[in-house]
Amino acid sequence: MGWLPETAERLLGVALVGELTVIGRDGRPISHPLIPLYDGERIFLHSSTLFSKKLEHIKRNPKVALSLSDPIAMKGVAGRATIQGTARVIEEDPHRDWERLILGLWRQKEPAIDTFLKARVALPLFFERSVIEIMPQRCLVWPDGDTKRAPQVSLAPRAEAA
Amino acid sequence: MSGVTATDLAKLATFPFVVVSWVDDAGYPIDVATDFDADVDAGTIRLRQPAGDEQAIPTDRVVNVIASHIRPQPGIGYDERRYLQLWGSAAAADAGRVTFTPSRAWGWDEAQMPFFEYSERSVPQSRRYLAQLSAERGHEVKPRLDRFWLFLRTTRLPFLSATAVPVLLGIAIAASDGAFTWWTALLTLIGAFFAHLGINVSNDIFDTLSGADDANVNPTQFSGGSRVAVYGLLTIRQLVLLSAALFAAAGVIGLALVWITGSLTLLWIGVAGMLVGLAYTAPPLKLVYRGLGEIAVFLGFGPIMLLGAYVVQTGRLAWEPLVASVPVGILVALILFVNEIPDRAGDAAAGKRTLPVRLPPTTIQGGYLVAAFVAFAVIIGGVVTGVLPWPTLVALAALPLALGVHAGIRVHYNSPYTLMAVMGQNVNLNLVVGGLLLVGYGATIVVISLT
Repeated sequence: MGWLPETAERLLGVALVGELTVIGRDGRPISHPLIPLYDGERIFLHSSTLFSKKLEHIKRNPKVALSLSDPIAMKGVAGRATIQGTARVIEEDPHRDWERLILGLWRQKEPAIDTFLKARVALPLFFERSVIEIMPQRCLVWPDGDTKRAPQVSLAPRAEAA
Repeated sequence: MSGVTATDLAKLATFPFVVVSWVDDAGYPIDVATDFDADVDAGTIRLRQPAGDEQAIPTDRVVNVIASHIRPQPGIGYDERRYLQLWGSAAAADAGRVTFTPSRAWGWDEAQMPFFEYSERSVPQSRRYLAQLSAERGHEVKPRLDRFWLFLRTTRLPFLSATAVPVLLGIAIAASDGAFTWWTALLTLIGAFFAHLGINVSNDIFDTLSGADDANVNPTQFSGGSRVAVYGLLTIRQLVLLSAALFAAAGVIGLALVWITGSLTLLWIGVAGMLVGLAYTAPPLKLVYRGLGEIAVFLGFGPIMLLGAYVVQTGRLAWEPLVASVPVGILVALILFVNEIPDRAGDAAAGKRTLPVRLPPTTIQGGYLVAAFVAFAVIIGGVVTGVLPWPTLVALAALPLALGVHAGIRVHYNSPYTLMAVMGQNVNLNLVVGGLLLVGYGATIVVISLT
């Protein structure tokens, strides 16, 4: 199971938006606000093929970071976290894979997704999606959200052993 | 991606905090939230240096600053999505702060660009990505829709109501003249449906090939075509085959009706209908590209459909169905007229010079009102002159609906997505007037049968 600190897990459980930062072709960081999902071990994000540049960046360089920082998007849950990890893009079938992998988790956070899904005919490309799976490697947590204080740093067990 | 403007910095200043990112020495991006002050005049941002050595904003590499906002909607999700990110470099400043000088900016605010438009503008990226994925896989990766929804979207099936009204009215007028055969009436309706669907698909083929659909970033459920080729759901070849099959089905039914009725008039009406339907978007005439689409639609969905249905039942032409076809044709033409309003920027870019492209908004708004009044005036005139039966005056009850559509056009002229409700009302106007005319003819048939 997962090793992330409790604060980070709690934030992942409620976050409606986090900033996924990927590394662009020219080496600069590029951030994308996305809804993060968490299955207790892996973090999942997902992207329509409409907004797929981030997927191209991840395929070129899988090192990513996810920031959970906005108290409003965290529905008032205290704390901030940044999770660094390695991402892979899952898209064997962009039409269906994401439903099998993450629809249940997505529905829990954004129940309106079922309404949108019923209107799939209106937005067909929006529902051609790839899943971004992140294996966390390192986590920085600010338990009270105050970055004037140094964060608590945790490493994935394997990364720690190395 | 663009250079940074004072507007960008002023907008950034409205956010309560930013997340600063850079690539750390291990090669991972790292994000830290912090406070900031934007100096709009100087074009810089002062960022508070977060605590901890590893979290210190570096001054030797590219730094990204992002501010984002959403408003959670409990039980639903969220709205008010907006974000703005800036790239630049940081330099040490005083009192635990760094000065960030941005050089590039990128962002999205759904209040300024609705999500649907943002999605449409991103369609080329989707096509590129799927083409790339196909190349990686060695087989084609295509977007998909379930067959039923794909057929509905491709043919724009719900617009068949525009065909049902004139055909049923033609049949009703014939019945009021004492001529009605149920199975030829049914065949007429089915044949007209096939012709309408074939025309819809062929219009999409020509609009896709001309670039009009690609240029349109504000399609709605009523406007902008089916977009199945633009999205890559079907190829042009598949659309050509579908259109040909639909036209063939319409042609077979039409010829069968000509054979059954022995009416050459019907043959000429059918040929005229097919030609007008094709000439609507097909070269060389491309009537809709010349601002003549409304006339083509008026002829096709007014006199041609209504007289055709009448001739199938009676074998002859008459003034009554011709007069009744005028308000019906006008109201269907007005569906096109209003639906062209949100498409006008894309249409103009593709050289599709529709009336809303050619004429100023006040003329379009006034033109709608005049045309709608003419439609109702023809009904009154038809009754006054004894061509139409007096119960058809019941259709005047729909007049407030037309006034409502006119008011809606004036308010929402520049907002494609809020105009959608008005476009729906306008479709309903045709249905309501058509339905009331049918009620009028139903009452007429009852009165005739009782006397």
